[in-house]
Amino acid sequence: MAQVFPKTEGAVEAAPSSPRGFSLSNRTREWIAGYLFVLPDALGLLIFVGGPMLLSLSLGFFSVSGFGEYSFVGLDNYRRMIGDPLFWRSLSVTILYIVLLVPALYVTGLGLALLVQRNTRFNGFVRTMLFVPQTVSLVVVSLVWQVLLVDKIGLLNQFTSWLHLGQYSWLGDPRFALYVVVFISVWFLMGFYMLIFLGGLQDIPKEYYEAARIDGASALQSFLQITLPLLRPTSFFVLLVSTVTAVCGSQTFDLIYVMTRGGPANTTSLAIFYIYQQAFLFNEYGYAAAMASVFVVLLMGLTVLMFMLTRGGRFTYD
Amino acid sequence: MTDAWKAERNIERAMVRPTQLVWYVIGLILSFMAVAPLFWMVSMAFKKTDEVFGQNLIPHHPSLDNFLYVFTQVDFFRYLWNTFFVSATVTIVALFFHSMAGYALARLRFPGRDAIFLTMFATFLISQPVIIVPLFILARSLGLLDSYAGLIIPSIFNAFGIFLLRQFYLAVPRELEEAAVIDGAGYFRVYWSIILPLSRPILSALAILFFLANWNSFLWPLTITSDQNLWMVQVAIASFRQQYNGAWNYIMAASTVVALPTLAMFVVFQKRIIESIKTSGIK
Repeated sequence: MAQVFPKTEGAVEAAPSSPRGFSLSNRTREWIAGYLFVLPDALGLLIFVGGPMLLSLSLGFFSVSGFGEYSFVGLDNYRRMIGDPLFWRSLSVTILYIVLLVPALYVTGLGLALLVQRNTRFNGFVRTMLFVPQTVSLVVVSLVWQVLLVDKIGLLNQFTSWLHLGQYSWLGDPRFALYVVVFISVWFLMGFYMLIFLGGLQDIPKEYYEAARIDGASALQSFLQITLPLLRPTSFFVLLVSTVTAVCGSQTFDLIYVMTRGGPANTTSLAIFYIYQQAFLFNEYGYAAAMASVFVVLLMGLTVLMFMLTRGGRFTYD
Repeated sequence: MTDAWKAERNIERAMVRPTQLVWYVIGLILSFMAVAPLFWMVSMAFKKTDEVFGQNLIPHHPSLDNFLYVFTQVDFFRYLWNTFFVSATVTIVALFFHSMAGYALARLRFPGRDAIFLTMFATFLISQPVIIVPLFILARSLGLLDSYAGLIIPSIFNAFGIFLLRQFYLAVPRELEEAAVIDGAGYFRVYWSIILPLSRPILSALAILFFLANWNSFLWPLTITSDQNLWMVQVAIASFRQQYNGAWNYIMAASTVVALPTLAMFVVFQKRIIESIKTSGIK
């Protein structure tokens, strides 16, 4: 890898140095440099992201054995999906998870950002503390919460029985497990969304609030009339990113794999985890790819939407 | 300013006090809720088996036995080294590639530049869990199973870094490089001696984020390695947990060891991390 770059430099410098101004050789020099600079990443993304994306769309039409033998099966995998109750289960669990997580992250993210908005030392300290969970790995997060939620002797159960609320099997009871997973996800992710909202809040000119205050607007009024409308771009970004995170963020796999394995009674079987199970536990690569392709198409759709609504994510050329 | 205005300010300041106090209490409770689980992790790591589930945060008889046990029972140093090696390599190579690509996409003019950027942007929302099955099959057919290359190479490429760096370079004044180009410096030299030093702040912020992300990553190392000698720490503690089911003091000691480097990094670089995330939202 290291050899490529001296060569690049050589190639660029070997080009005839021409008088200043706009000449063809100068332009060619720039072309060559541009392509060479973009090449490593373009190639890598093409192979390791683009490739799998296309592969997941086509792999769904094959049956793949554990040894890597492929046989074309047409729409069989997709037909099987429609008839697989566990697929529908994982889909409904995923949808419930999205419906719970996205608003929860929006509200906690914005709420916390509003609370720590003013730049004081104390607020800086609170911001830092709220972000700490983000820096720990999801495997550790899962293990720590598992300990706290252990049946009978876990600290939470000690606490609830001290309050005379009884004891619960938080991760083993189909009534609670998904909500517990949502709670832990919010605990883990809230600091990130708080920071994104803080970035957005900082961009709102302070004069607006002062003007509103002079006009006698209440705090609630200035929140509804100034903060929310002016936060719209940030809100859009947060909703988009948190939706994608709810569908396929790494917590959808890591938390489930370590804490519940999709159980109890498949109530935490998020789609990403179910796809993983089919592929790597049951060696059903073709079937897993077929299910994954649904999400790849969905995410591509979201990307197009995001692209259109943000004018290409601030595509401003100099 | 008028006296009336000053008086109003003073009244306001006086009135703020009680609410301020309430906010201190709320702020402390929120902060405690955020970090309490991690306090208990560290606490349990120092506790003996008989008091693991005690309500005391400070162990009665703190000991390092759990840590000694973890390090003697499993080859933890090896897993830590693997993780460090992979994370550091991915971070360095990724920053090098992304800054080159970001610079070219922001600054150099060549046919197809916008198309290339758009294509890269199309992968923006595709996260690894979604493409894990085809990625695994691809990596297997490239002979990357159970190898450092398999752990490292697929983790290097992501559109996020390119996107942020390109955004950064768009804001850098053009005059700086133009002078050098006219002087006849090659583009690589302009990149190496002008652009790279300029981007030190954003590169160091991204370096921290990339390193943390790779240190904490679980799914890909779990999928691509079955050879224990290549395990990364997250895979190691997940399997340790299965092996020592219920021995929570050992599991918490292992977790503490794994979490410590990232927590330490956060403590040292918190300002930079927080600033870089605050500005990463699309506005």
